Amino acid sequence: MDEKSTGSAQSGISREDVAHLAKLARIDLNNVELDHLAQELDVILGAVAKVREVAGADVAPTSHPIPVTNVYRDDVVKPSLTPEEALSGAPAQSEDRFKVPQILGEE
Amino acid sequence: MNYIKSNASVMAAALANGETTSVELTEQHFEQIEKVDGAVHAFLYLDREGAMEQAHAIDTRRSDGEELSPLAGVPLALKDVMTQKGIPTTCGSKMLEGWRPPYDSTVVSRLKDAGIVILGKTNMDEFAMGSSTENSAYGPTHNPWDLTKIPGGSGGGSAAALAAFEAPLAIGTDTGGSIRQPAAVTGTVGVKPTYGGVSRYGLIAFSSSLDQAGPCARTVLDAALLHEVIAGHDERDSTSINQPVPAVVKAAKKLDVKGLKIGVVKELQGEGFQAGVLHRFHEALDLLVEAGAEIVNVSCPSFDYALAAYYLIAPSECSSNLARFDSMRYGIRVGDDGSKSAEEVMNLTRHAGFGPEVKRRIILGTYALSSGFYDAYYGSAQKVRTLLIQDFNSAFAEADVLVSPTSPTTAFPIGQNDNDPLAMYLNDIATIPANMAGIGAMSLPSGLAEEDNLPAGFHIMSPAMKDDLMYQVGGTLEAALLNKWGAPLLSNAPDVVVNS
Repeated sequence: MDEKSTGSAQSGISREDVAHLAKLARIDLNNVELDHLAQELDVILGAVAKVREVAGADVAPTSHPIPVTNVYRDDVVKPSLTPEEALSGAPAQSEDRFKVPQILGEE
Repeated sequence: MNYIKSNASVMAAALANGETTSVELTEQHFEQIEKVDGAVHAFLYLDREGAMEQAHAIDTRRSDGEELSPLAGVPLALKDVMTQKGIPTTCGSKMLEGWRPPYDSTVVSRLKDAGIVILGKTNMDEFAMGSSTENSAYGPTHNPWDLTKIPGGSGGGSAAALAAFEAPLAIGTDTGGSIRQPAAVTGTVGVKPTYGGVSRYGLIAFSSSLDQAGPCARTVLDAALLHEVIAGHDERDSTSINQPVPAVVKAAKKLDVKGLKIGVVKELQGEGFQAGVLHRFHEALDLLVEAGAEIVNVSCPSFDYALAAYYLIAPSECSSNLARFDSMRYGIRVGDDGSKSAEEVMNLTRHAGFGPEVKRRIILGTYALSSGFYDAYYGSAQKVRTLLIQDFNSAFAEADVLVSPTSPTTAFPIGQNDNDPLAMYLNDIATIPANMAGIGAMSLPSGLAEEDNLPAGFHIMSPAMKDDLMYQVGGTLEAALLNKWGAPLLSNAPDVVVNS
């Protein structure tokens, strides 16, 4: 998304922006939801934008409250889920695999 | 004798000396649940069979002379955000309706190892997003003090179960206050340990840099006993802290705060805080002074920006974490009629499976992380996080613990903030800074606000991995309050009346 494409007054989030975000987030939203969310997000973004007041260039960002380092384990095989257990919650399955709707177009 | 109104530590003692059995305790709690939960709706699922089996097993082991863990045989209510093998786990969402996890979370493994009896799963705001439990896809939980009021959230089910004497112990999770705010508005105790203190393995993720599981109980000591069961390093969580668990049980029993400096945070007591809540807060401070503590005033100017930063960071992380609900491997699948692509089915499923607040936050987070806006929103919020940590460091240089009211108000009516997400978010104004900095924090009852006779919470924050300090202060304050009241605050709660 491009900052220039936004139109509405407060934080600048339009109905079209919400539709684009919904596409990125893989959620079908109907027209009522799009209108409602555009309004709400405008108000919420207007309120949370105050973080910019104190976020100076001299402040380092923090992503995590404690130092995060990669954790390695020994390369040893341990008991884990059986295929049956791993598939136990699958909406559809076939031949010990997750069965999903078509991913590529028609052949 | 009926034990449901006893504390967990009293039940544990009665079990140890043979005055009762785990089977009897468990049956008594199921009786109470049957009696009141139609009105309270604290539980989403009851595992009567599994609970009775565990209770029998513990009683047998005890009568065989085996030395058991201190809470062995005591019942507990589990927030539905935690996986428990074979037990329906919904996280308050239609998305996971009918899902039975194939594995136990680390918290559940430790509860089982300690012989604790898990009664069932408690109601919560969908995916732990909310401050009232009204966002549950399965209907709201009602506050046992007044059934027309919210029990807090997201862990309203766990807190209400304690306040309605349906369980003496519960598990909660706290991303911005979801353990502490429900504790405050139900007159119970809730603790968010230091980030990394309790494993997140099997905790369905909302915002991974903020989520932390912790104990809920009716007393500080009971919370401490449960804390020691669930805390400690876990190799299955890469952010789990590999250090000894602070001695919180010992600290809860200390009942002495002489020489401790209690820092009152200037920014967490002004506008928006209910007069009766502030009144009880100041009375509690007086009791701590009488007990020998010293009050110092501290200022944390960046706290004024904590709420705004939280409502960028948490939605950003949630938009990424909840991408896993793609209808392919678990959870519901909608619209798969053979004509649609995987992506179309995903879109339809996520529309049908997520409620309004979850959609709102995913879209907000997607926006905050999108190119062109990342620096202005998510990046700025991360910088505020740095400022918050700096403020905490300065404040903890002057004080051993920091205190505030837990929630600015007492429980509000169900439905009040339906159309005002920003008003709802303000509930977490005092609890959010601790999550942002990863430090430990607790809420315990400070009394009833005069205006409405509903519980108010006293909030104690301690430096990272010094969780023992908040238990020491909390335990001392609780004893002083109990002495003043003559009986636990919950003895003032009305009996839940069930309209059938």
